[in-house]
Amino acid sequence: MRTVSPSALGQSLGSGRSQGLASRRIWALLLWIGLGLASTDLSAQVRTPDDSLAARVQACTGCHGPQGRATPDGYLPRIAGKPAGYLFNQLRHFRDGRRNAASMTWMVDLLPDAYLREIAGHFAQQHPPYPPPMPVAVGRDVLERGLALARVGDPSRKLPSCISCHGQDLLGVQPAIPGLLGLPRDYLNAQFGAWRNGTRRAQAPDCMAEVTRRMAPDDVAAVTAWLASQPVPTDARAQVLVSQNRPLDCGGLEP
Amino acid sequence: MKGRHRSRRALPIWLTVALIALLGIWSLRGVGSVPRGPEAVLAPSKALPKDLAAQVAGHTLVADPIRRGAYLALAGNCAGCHTARGGQPYAGGRKIETPFGLVYTSNLTPDTQTGLGRWSADDFWRALHEGRSRDGRALNPAFPYTSYTRVNRQDSDALFAWLRELPAVQQANQPAALTFPWNLPGLIEVWRWFYFRAEAFTPDPSRDAQWNRGAYLVQGLGHCGECHTARNALGGLTGIPLGGANLMPQGWHAPSLRSRGAGSVEVWTPQQAVEWLQSGLNQSAVATGPMARVVMDSLQHLDRDDLLAMQSYLRTLEPSAAGARAAKSEAIDPGYLTLGGQLYKKHCAECHGEGGEGAPPHYPALVGNRTVTQGSSINLIRAVLHGGFAPATRGNPRPYGMPPFGPLLNDREAGALMSYLRTAWGHQASPIEPRAVNALRSVPID
Repeated sequence: MRTVSPSALGQSLGSGRSQGLASRRIWALLLWIGLGLASTDLSAQVRTPDDSLAARVQACTGCHGPQGRATPDGYLPRIAGKPAGYLFNQLRHFRDGRRNAASMTWMVDLLPDAYLREIAGHFAQQHPPYPPPMPVAVGRDVLERGLALARVGDPSRKLPSCISCHGQDLLGVQPAIPGLLGLPRDYLNAQFGAWRNGTRRAQAPDCMAEVTRRMAPDDVAAVTAWLASQPVPTDARAQVLVSQNRPLDCGGLEP
Repeated sequence: MKGRHRSRRALPIWLTVALIALLGIWSLRGVGSVPRGPEAVLAPSKALPKDLAAQVAGHTLVADPIRRGAYLALAGNCAGCHTARGGQPYAGGRKIETPFGLVYTSNLTPDTQTGLGRWSADDFWRALHEGRSRDGRALNPAFPYTSYTRVNRQDSDALFAWLRELPAVQQANQPAALTFPWNLPGLIEVWRWFYFRAEAFTPDPSRDAQWNRGAYLVQGLGHCGECHTARNALGGLTGIPLGGANLMPQGWHAPSLRSRGAGSVEVWTPQQAVEWLQSGLNQSAVATGPMARVVMDSLQHLDRDDLLAMQSYLRTLEPSAAGARAAKSEAIDPGYLTLGGQLYKKHCAECHGEGGEGAPPHYPALVGNRTVTQGSSINLIRAVLHGGFAPATRGNPRPYGMPPFGPLLNDREAGALMSYLRTAWGHQASPIEPRAVNALRSVPID
């Protein structure tokens, strides 16, 4: 393709024939449009990354699935639709060493709060549909015990129910309490293990560490079995907090 | 008295151990125990123009020593090591893994019990320049006094003045947990005898002030050679200065800054070099691994003039072949490369382009990419296995992240993919074997 500089072209046009200012302006306009079209063609060859946040966070969706929809047939948790405050807290826990998952710490190591907040907000707004739950191979008695723990807790041991904090439908409470449904059972079990061992921590007071201390291994097995076997409504959303009397003090719940 | 008695009895044992250690070290001493920073700089200069020395020392001179100290602390990235993950800045406690065991960084805040509260500017100067603590004990060279020794007294005092201003944090230092035999007391003295001499930075009067300022920063506070210069089996910096080195056990490669095929800034314009140092990426490369942290914590905060100075010095390093592109070996299984090509189309081409042209700077081009083609494939393997974000700098506050492909590809697939990258598009680098991939699968995080 031959290229001609606009100024050279303008000069030849201007000097070739004596023209009025108006027609010269028309020529210039046509030339400008022509160059504009030409440069559009050229820029099509230079790839530019999509400017969206979705394009920037492919490092996340690579493992947590498109839109963060990781399904319970794997180990990794779904992050789509979790409250933004919860996701932001987890991202900085990984970065600051309060949660232990080397691959997550590696990802967020050099990302400041402002960007982590933005990433958290992005995934909080994603609401892809939930797949049906995975079958859980436990007896009916175990599921019944899990149901009781989730809905009532065990007042004799001062063990609060799940719904007393995580919402009546267990879909989470804005801005920072996560939903508990639609997660792999292995993931749920591993979190209780991590709280027990001190490898998953939150801002003080760390209420889930306290809840875990009050639970026996059988309690954990029962409640995770029940949680993992629950279907999730298609329009599942974390509920907006009106007022809540939480049984325990929890850190990090402020927006 | 009791202690002295015991140490006397221990003396013969000591001598034996020291002798054995000396012999061992002597045999490992190798050819390169002498080389330090680039030749010219080491040449003692008798007739140094007075203003040149002043310019080198005070390029970013701010009259207020505390503000200047704050800047110098960024140039030396003191907080990078002396802050534990999620911990109080400068309060130490960060675990540093070395081939000789664990070292924990110390508390630099002015706490009188656990920090530098009782230290004087003289004590601090001795630590920086001679590598000795306030009590005279030799410091572990994980603290890079092998570089900091070239920091001048004025800058040392400014740094100390700044550290005195920090809020005191009471946090006791953790003793190092070195493995046998490195935990034998006194061994560091022996090490120092071989691998450390306190020295001053000597400007080169044949170069301009900018170059000398860059040399001072690179060799001193910047302590670039601590990673980019190869160490011998005893941790002595005996390799060609800035000639490239593997970082173990971290599992990264610090490319040679003398090789156009590896990490030399010569392939960039001064503007491009500054852009990379300042924002962590430019049109042809993205900083990753430990260097991304250096950009994040240190380089992005430096004055443009200082970054220009550093690249101006690095540009003049005498080229060295080490770390250049690895020669292609003759016999590569064609099926291996075909598999790699298929995997490239499936997993990589969407962002990096069918022809590896990328979409710079955020999706770097892979054609001619030095991380792809340089002799050491460590950083390429790490990038593919673990992905990651570019550092979030002022120049690139919302970085793009690459997904980790480690969970998706087995060793053979990852090896095939990277072998394809190293031989496609006219690249002539050696292929990567599955076991080399496997060796870097775990993600070491401090």
